Amino acid sequence: MPDQTNTYDGPVLEIEDLCLSYYTRAGEIPAVVDFSATLAAGESIGLVGESGCGKSTVAMAIMRYMGGNGAIVSGTVKFKGRDMATLSDEELRQIRGSEIAMIYQEPMAALNPSLTIGTQLMEVPMTHDGVGTDEARSRAVQMLNDVHLPDPERVMDAYPHQISGGQQQRVVIAMALLSSPSLLLLDEPTTALDVTVEAGIVELIAELSRKFNTSLLYISHNLGLMLEVCDRICVMYSGEVVEEGHIDSIFSWPKHPYTHGLFGCIPLPHADKNARPLKAIRGQLPLPHERPRGCYFGPRCDYFKAGTCDQEAVKMTAVGSGEDTAHRVRCELWDSIDHSEVIAMGEVKPPAEIGETVLEVDAMQKYYEVRDSSMAAMFSGDSVRQVKANEEISFNAGRGETVAIVGESGCGKSTFAKVLMGLEQATDGEVRMNGTNIGDLAVQDRTPAQLGSLQMVFQNPNDTLNPSLTIGAQIGRVIKKFGVETDPVKIQERVLHLLDVVKLPRDFAIRKPRQLSGGQKQRIGIARAFAGNPAMVIADEPISALDVSVAAAVTELLMDIQRDNQTTLLFISHDLSAVRYLADRVVVMYLGKLMERGTTDEVFSPPYHPYTEALLSAVPIADPQVEKRRIVLEGNLPSALNPPKGCPFATRCPRHMGEICDTTPPEVQFNADRHGIACHIPMEELRKVEPVIKVTGDSPKPEAPSPVAAE
Amino acid sequence: MSNIVETVTPAPTTGAAFMRAIKSFALLRESVPGMIGAGLVLFWVIVAILAPLIAPFDPLAILQPMAKPGTDFAQGGTFWLGTDHLGRDILSRIIYGSQTVLFYAPLATLCAYTFGILMGLAAGYHLGWWDIILSRVSDIILSFPVLVLYIIIIATIGSSGINIIIAITFASAPGIMRIVRGLVLDLRNRDYVAAAQTRGESAMYIMLVEILPNARGPLIVDACLRLGYVIITIGVLGFLGLGLPPPDPDWGGMINETRKMAMFFPHMTVFPVIAISSLILGFNLLADGLREVSLRD
Repeated sequence: MPDQTNTYDGPVLEIEDLCLSYYTRAGEIPAVVDFSATLAAGESIGLVGESGCGKSTVAMAIMRYMGGNGAIVSGTVKFKGRDMATLSDEELRQIRGSEIAMIYQEPMAALNPSLTIGTQLMEVPMTHDGVGTDEARSRAVQMLNDVHLPDPERVMDAYPHQISGGQQQRVVIAMALLSSPSLLLLDEPTTALDVTVEAGIVELIAELSRKFNTSLLYISHNLGLMLEVCDRICVMYSGEVVEEGHIDSIFSWPKHPYTHGLFGCIPLPHADKNARPLKAIRGQLPLPHERPRGCYFGPRCDYFKAGTCDQEAVKMTAVGSGEDTAHRVRCELWDSIDHSEVIAMGEVKPPAEIGETVLEVDAMQKYYEVRDSSMAAMFSGDSVRQVKANEEISFNAGRGETVAIVGESGCGKSTFAKVLMGLEQATDGEVRMNGTNIGDLAVQDRTPAQLGSLQMVFQNPNDTLNPSLTIGAQIGRVIKKFGVETDPVKIQERVLHLLDVVKLPRDFAIRKPRQLSGGQKQRIGIARAFAGNPAMVIADEPISALDVSVAAAVTELLMDIQRDNQTTLLFISHDLSAVRYLADRVVVMYLGKLMERGTTDEVFSPPYHPYTEALLSAVPIADPQVEKRRIVLEGNLPSALNPPKGCPFATRCPRHMGEICDTTPPEVQFNADRHGIACHIPMEELRKVEPVIKVTGDSPKPEAPSPVAAE
Repeated sequence: MSNIVETVTPAPTTGAAFMRAIKSFALLRESVPGMIGAGLVLFWVIVAILAPLIAPFDPLAILQPMAKPGTDFAQGGTFWLGTDHLGRDILSRIIYGSQTVLFYAPLATLCAYTFGILMGLAAGYHLGWWDIILSRVSDIILSFPVLVLYIIIIATIGSSGINIIIAITFASAPGIMRIVRGLVLDLRNRDYVAAAQTRGESAMYIMLVEILPNARGPLIVDACLRLGYVIITIGVLGFLGLGLPPPDPDWGGMINETRKMAMFFPHMTVFPVIAISSLILGFNLLADGLREVSLRD
C-alpha cells in the first residue's frame, strides 16, 4: 500500500457533493449538505463556523468514522485518489492515525486516563512504524519537546489528569504528529491553549506541514487563526458551506451576510466597547430538523427577502468572474447587498462613569503547600514546598469600572478569584472590599451582605447551573438567600424580570438547564450573578467556551447590565482581544506575579512589559489590514513549584538583559500615574519599543472586483 | 427585551415531573432487556398485591403432603405446583412469599441507601477527618465476609423482619457509601457548587440539593442491581434458617425445608428457585436497561 500512495501526486483529498446524516430517534437529521472541497498536497484549508454547523462531522466523514448512527448519504470522499467508501476496515485502520491523523477538540477525551502519556505516545510509532521501545520513547520525548511541554521526561510518566488541559492538548498534538501523516485534520486544536503557546503550536504545525508536505484541514471558530494558517477557507452555517474562497478574498470582500455577521462579532484589538460595540447576530442557529426552507440563514439575516430567500435550496454562485471561481457564495442576494454598509457596527454607547474605589488589593499573596512524599525529599528536608500562586498582587477597582486580569493558564488568575470569593484565604496582604479586609475571610465567615455584594460568573456554561433544578428555582434561590425579596410572588416577579434583562423568554423559568444552549446557560449564569444586586461581579472567562456570535451577545449583555447597575466588573480572561474591547483597566499576570498594570490604552501601547508585548503579538487578529510584529516565545512555562529566582518571565523573555533578570525580582516602575511595569529594563528603553499591532490603513477596504468590471 | 412580550406563568412542577417519569419509561421501551426486566418485576409486584385474590389455598394450611404438580385436591381445587412435605400448596406459598420478599427487599435497600448516601455525602463533601473515619469504618465492615457478618448479626439480635433489614443495612451501607463518595468527589468541584458556596449555603443544603440530585443516575441503576442482591440475601438468610421465622412463606426458607427431598420431589425446590431467579433476573435486566437508556444521548 505505501508504494502506491508514495507515487501518487494528485490532490490529497477530494470531496464531492458530500451529504451526511445522523439517524436518531427523531429520524434522519442531515448534518452536512452538499459539501465539496479539494485539498492539494501541502495546502491548508479552513472550515470555520459555529458549533453545530457540521464542521466536525465533515472531519469524521473523511476518516470514515461516523459512529453507529451516522452515514454518508451521497457524495464521495477520495483520499489520494482512493474512494474511502470502498476501503476495508483493515485498510482504514492502516490509514487512520498514520496517513490521516486527527487532533481533537477535547484533550481529556482524546487521551486514555488510565495509561501514562508515555505509553500512549509510544504506541503510535510502535504500531505504525514498527520501531522498538527505546526508539519509540526517544521519539516521543523529542516530540513532547517540540510541542513545548515543560519537563518532557516527567510528562512521559504522568497520567493525563496530572497535567493541565493545555498540556493535554499539546500531548494530543504530539501524538498526531508522531506518525508524520500526509493529511492532518485539526478540530479546534488550539482552542484550549494559551495564546503564546497557540502561536508556537500554529507555527509548529505550519512548519511540519511544510517539511513533510502535509495537507491540513483546519477546523476552528477563530477567524483570526484562520487568517494565519489557511490558504483557503470555507465558512459553514447549519450544515452548509455558505461562502468559500481564498483567505484574502473572504477577509477583504466577504459576500455572505453570515460571514459579515461573524466579522461583526469579533472584537478587534484596535476597537473598544464604546466607540465600536460588537454586533451580535440575532436569533439562534436552527436545529437541524427545524431548518427553514430556502436559505438556512434567512430568519437571522437582515437582508432577508420573502419570496426569494425562502423558496428552494440556494446554490453556490461564483463571485469572481471567468476562471476565478474560487470565491463562491451561497446567497441569492449577494449581488444586491451593499457590502460597505454591512461593515458598520452596533450603536455607539457613552463610556461608563467610574465612581469611588470599591476594591483595593494590597500586596495580596496566596501560597499553597505541596507535600512531597518521596524518599529524596524526606532526606533533603524539603518535603513541604510552596507554590506561590499569587505574589504581591496590588491594584484598585472603582465603581462601574471593568478591570481585566489577563494571563495564561497557571498565572494565578483563578486563584485570585477564589481568594476574592472566599473559597481560599490569602496567605498575606489585604483585599479590601468597601474598606473591609475580606482576604482572610472564608466564605462561611462572611456576612450575607458581603456575600451578596460579590458574585461570580463562571466559565463553563455546562457546569454553571445545577442540572436538576429549574432555572427559576436557581435564580429565585439567590434572590431569597440575599434577602432582595422574601415574598414568593415577588421573587417570582424578579426572576421573570431578570430573564427579561438577560433577553431570554420568560418560560425559561420552568425549564431545566439541559434544555438550554451554551449561550443561554451563560446568560442565566449572568442573571444569577446579578440577582442579588452585587457591587462587584467576577467573571472568570465567561465567554471563552462560547461561539463567536454567542460570545458577542453575552459580552454585550454583560456590559449593558454592568453599565446599568454601576457594577464593578472583574473580568478574568486570557483573550486579549476581548480584554482590549471591554476593559477600562488591565492587570497582566505571569506565574502568579503582576507584570504590568494600567489603563487599557496604556497597557496596549508602548511602553510594554516584554511579556505583554509577546501576548499582544500572539493574538490572532481577524483583520488583514492589521500588521503584527511576530514574537514567538522560546522555552517552556516554568513549573510553579520551581519558579525562576529573579523575574518569573526571565526564562522566556526575548528582551532578557543579563544576570540581573535571573537573580533579582524586578521592582515595579511607573510610566504614568497608575501604569506600572515590573521589569528591569529602564523605562526610557521600553518607551522606544515599536507598537506590536499596526493598522495599515484607516482608508476604506480596497474595492471588491465587481463581477462585471473584472478583466 | 421588546421582542419578548408574552408572559408565561410557570406551570405547577408536579405535573411536569409526572410527565417526565412517563417519558423516561417511554425511553426504557427501546431497550429490550429493560422491558423484559420491567415486565418480570411488574409481574411479581402484581402477584404480591393480588395475592389474597389469586392464591388458590391458604399458604399455611396443611392439606395433602407431597402431592405432585397438577394433583386435584379432594375438597376441590388443584395443586398446580404440587404441595410440600407438610402438605402446603406450593403455588400459594410462592404467591404469598412474593409479598415477603417485595416488602423486605425494597425496605432494606432503601434503608441501606439512606445510610450509605448520608455517609458518602459527608465523606466526599467534607473530606478530611469525616472522610478518614467513615472510610476506615466502612473498610472494616467490608473486610468481613458478608455471610459471616449476617450470621453474627442475626445470631446476636435474633431473626425477625426488622433484624433482616438492620443486618442488610449494616452490611451494604459501606458499599453504597463508596459509590456515593466517588460521585460526590466529582460533583463537588462543579461550578454550581462553588456558586452555592459563594452565596453562603449550608453544607447540608449543598449536599442534598446541589450534589445528591445530580448523582441520581448511577445511583438508580445501582439500586436496581442491589435490590437483586438483597433478594438473594433474603433468600440465603431464609435458606440458612436466619430469615423470617416459620411458618411464614419465605422463598429461601421453602428451598431449605425441601432441599433434602429435591431428588425425589424436585417440584418442591424447583418452583421457589424459579421464583427467586426470575425476580432477581428482572431487577438485573431492569438495571441494564436503565443503564443503556441513560448512556444514550
